[in-house]
Amino acid sequence: MNGRVDWVAHGVLCCGVLLFVLPLWLLLAGATQDAGAISRGELSLLPDLRNLGVFWSVLNDRAPGGAPVWHMLLVSAAMALAIAGGKIIISLLSAYAVTFFRFPFRMLCFWTIFITLMLPVEVRIVPTYAVMADFGLINSFTGLAMPLIASATATLLFRQVFVAVPDELVEAARMDGAGPLRFLRDILLPVSAANMAALFVIVFVYGWNQYLWPLLVATDPSLDTIVIGIVKMIGQDSVTDWNRVMATAVLALLPPVAVVLLMQRWFVKGLTEGEK
Amino acid sequence: MERRTIFAGWVLPVLLVAPQLLLTVFFFLWPAGRAMWTSLERQDAFGIRTEFVGLDNFADLFADPLYLDSAVRTVGFCAAVAVLAMGTALLLAVFADRDIRGRAIYRTLLIWPYAIAPAIAAVLWVLLLHPQIGLVAHGLKAIGILWDYKLNDAQAMTVVILASAWKQVSYNFIFFLAGLQSIPKAVIEAARMDGARGWRRFRTITLPLLAPTMFFLIVVNIVYAAFDTFATIQALTQGGPGKATETLMLKVYRDGLINLDLGSSSAQSVVLMLGIVVLTALQFRFIGRRNAE
Amino acid sequence: MATLELQDLRKSFGTTPVLHGIDLALRDGEMLVIVGASGCGKSTLLRLVAGLEVPTSGRIVLDGQDVARRDPAERDIAMVFQNYALYPHMSVFDNMAYGLKIRGLSKDDIKARVQEAADMLGLGPLLDRKPRQLSGGQRQRVAMGRAIVRHPKLFLFDEPLSNLDAKLRVTMRAEIKRLQRRMGVTSLYVTHDQVEAMTLGDRLLVLHQGVAVQLATPMEVFERPANTYVAGFIGAPAMNLLPGTLSHAGSAVTLGNGMLVPFADGKRDGADGRQLTIGIRPEHIRLDHTGVPMQIDLVEPLGSETVLIGRLPDGELLSVKVPGRGPATDQVMIGFDAAALHVFDAATGLRLG
Repeated sequence: MNGRVDWVAHGVLCCGVLLFVLPLWLLLAGATQDAGAISRGELSLLPDLRNLGVFWSVLNDRAPGGAPVWHMLLVSAAMALAIAGGKIIISLLSAYAVTFFRFPFRMLCFWTIFITLMLPVEVRIVPTYAVMADFGLINSFTGLAMPLIASATATLLFRQVFVAVPDELVEAARMDGAGPLRFLRDILLPVSAANMAALFVIVFVYGWNQYLWPLLVATDPSLDTIVIGIVKMIGQDSVTDWNRVMATAVLALLPPVAVVLLMQRWFVKGLTEGEK
Repeated sequence: MERRTIFAGWVLPVLLVAPQLLLTVFFFLWPAGRAMWTSLERQDAFGIRTEFVGLDNFADLFADPLYLDSAVRTVGFCAAVAVLAMGTALLLAVFADRDIRGRAIYRTLLIWPYAIAPAIAAVLWVLLLHPQIGLVAHGLKAIGILWDYKLNDAQAMTVVILASAWKQVSYNFIFFLAGLQSIPKAVIEAARMDGARGWRRFRTITLPLLAPTMFFLIVVNIVYAAFDTFATIQALTQGGPGKATETLMLKVYRDGLINLDLGSSSAQSVVLMLGIVVLTALQFRFIGRRNAE
Repeated sequence: MATLELQDLRKSFGTTPVLHGIDLALRDGEMLVIVGASGCGKSTLLRLVAGLEVPTSGRIVLDGQDVARRDPAERDIAMVFQNYALYPHMSVFDNMAYGLKIRGLSKDDIKARVQEAADMLGLGPLLDRKPRQLSGGQRQRVAMGRAIVRHPKLFLFDEPLSNLDAKLRVTMRAEIKRLQRRMGVTSLYVTHDQVEAMTLGDRLLVLHQGVAVQLATPMEVFERPANTYVAGFIGAPAMNLLPGTLSHAGSAVTLGNGMLVPFADGKRDGADGRQLTIGIRPEHIRLDHTGVPMQIDLVEPLGSETVLIGRLPDGELLSVKVPGRGPATDQVMIGFDAAALHVFDAATGLRLG
């Protein structure tokens, strides 16, 4: 603005950045160090570059009675992708239906979907568990992913995007002879691609980071997600291999962080627009 | 709100909306209805007989000092997390909104923690605060503070608050930054012409214009602190020592799925649902009023 | 190429009637401009013809067939939208080709047609661009191109120039007229701009509160407005409308200030004393030292002419257009050109004679 360096701003922001980067750095550094040293409280801030192989070797680690880390990563990825894909598809379709059509009980449908805003999985864990048991979905991948696919937020976000599509654009397509499905495919999907990307990031992170639901519905170790696995690891009374726990935590962090960083531009825009 | 141009026919839209509707009914409405119903019932000790007891479960709940303690604790926890997470985020957002070099990098470095799972946040904080291995814990011991959050109630609460708030900062940061950027430059320039500067300009111009974002985030942060921190607390303290960090959410989980007291757990679920309904209603009322202005 | 006939076309939104029975017939190749203030129902009328709205009652006969209940896709009509409505994710080429693709034309045909339209509109070098890389005028051309490639029976224009700046609007206006003549496609053109209406239309339909007030050639509408609404709407500055009474056995009018003006074109019906509204365009009032005095409130120099706004002795507002610079005084003497007088009934507003 006036050519002077804004030291206060840099100072505050650097502190903020350190607040988040430092723990992450500790995690990275700790992963490469000697387990014994960490246990004695001699965690160094300098990573031991000779031990970078730990990130690879840790893939075969497992909590007692659990699945190996690579398997948990796979389960997490599958679950996050299934939830993201499923949620985007069904909310896109339902938002399209309530926005571009008039049909009987349309508002009832809309409010039914809307009401789920007020029913996060946490407040209805016990009865949802019971329903899942009735359907025989306990300890199944379907049971893990499916209940998390439905939610109002994604539908509301798409609805908002769709309502903002100019009427004239729809009319132009109709004059060009496009029917509803053709319009959805040729015009609406490409036009809202950025919003879909944003939603993908949000839902992928949401799915990857789930804890309570997998804890409940999948007691079978072969369905353990990486988040569940980590908590199991540090939950033991005597953790010895701290460096390997740290390496696992790094692996658990990597995918969602990568998704957020790679798609940052769309993600920030989509998140803040959708919530208003 | 409503579109001018719509497509004709009702078969197609019904087909399109059906999948979401089915999932909603099966996994949301049905369990919620069941929770309400179960909250009015009581099972005997063997889980064989069930009887209808009306509002007895609720009466018991509100007569239970443990539950009330937990409720008070949750309120305090939520408030602390919200204040800490929003305060930090607002401070960072205000400076990240300034016209400085490298602000894109700062932003990225402050946004990525959005991706951290609450459970993983707990792991990171264990590394800092673990009585044996934690760096910060060692520092505290060095200056003579007896540190073990696994034994000390107040320390345990501090740890879960710090870890929970820390995880939420970048979410709040994203929204505050967006809110700041949406304030028209002309308004700020007008304030400068009027001679408002620094803190005064922030307090009298920026902050009031940020009120909608602020209100939205208060609701989101409370909901987050009440529910999403389950994993953080579970990983750090499991609600202990004793019940020092047991929030309502942990209590529902423990009573329903560990102690298998379905009636009481359902009643607790219903209370939580009511809490969310109130929060959501407040939020929409506020947004509605804002849009009407 | 086709004829279009609207028969008692009505439209209500809920209980609010928007169009009160419109009858209209377009000749093959004709350009008809629908003009009116905002909210008069002109856009609704266009959208009914397009098939984007369903009429409450009445018939829309295109080339002998009633299409009122058909989907837009089945009507073979093309439309140019006010905000262009270009598909933002498609190139200029794809924007124009989209309707042809849906209609199943072969790739070669599509290419040929798009190329032909692009040549006509000078869009050749822009075919690979996305709409956001185009200027307002270029977008407008693409919107026209999208209509042209279809070779439709009917063109519809929904205020297509209202988003352009003044200079471009004049250029595009001429271009639309040239293209429409050259292609000979029957066209309906909606606008609120009377200059556009006058310059573009073979005929004008003046719409007021959902009623067709006058259907005639532009000059006829200007010279013989059907009622006081049309009189005030067409022409700038607007026609002066003054109260008066019939006198001298229907052969003259007495204005409020006592000024007597004889009718140049014969008697009007009715008893002396009948309440009238007299219309006179500002350019038909001349400076006349034998006339009545006008107090000047405001002088608006337009360069080649000057508009004087002032008051007659009885307080009536009046605007006068005089050639060249206006007078330097703040009072002038004026007289009316009797041959240019418009006479309306004061109660109904309808033209008399």
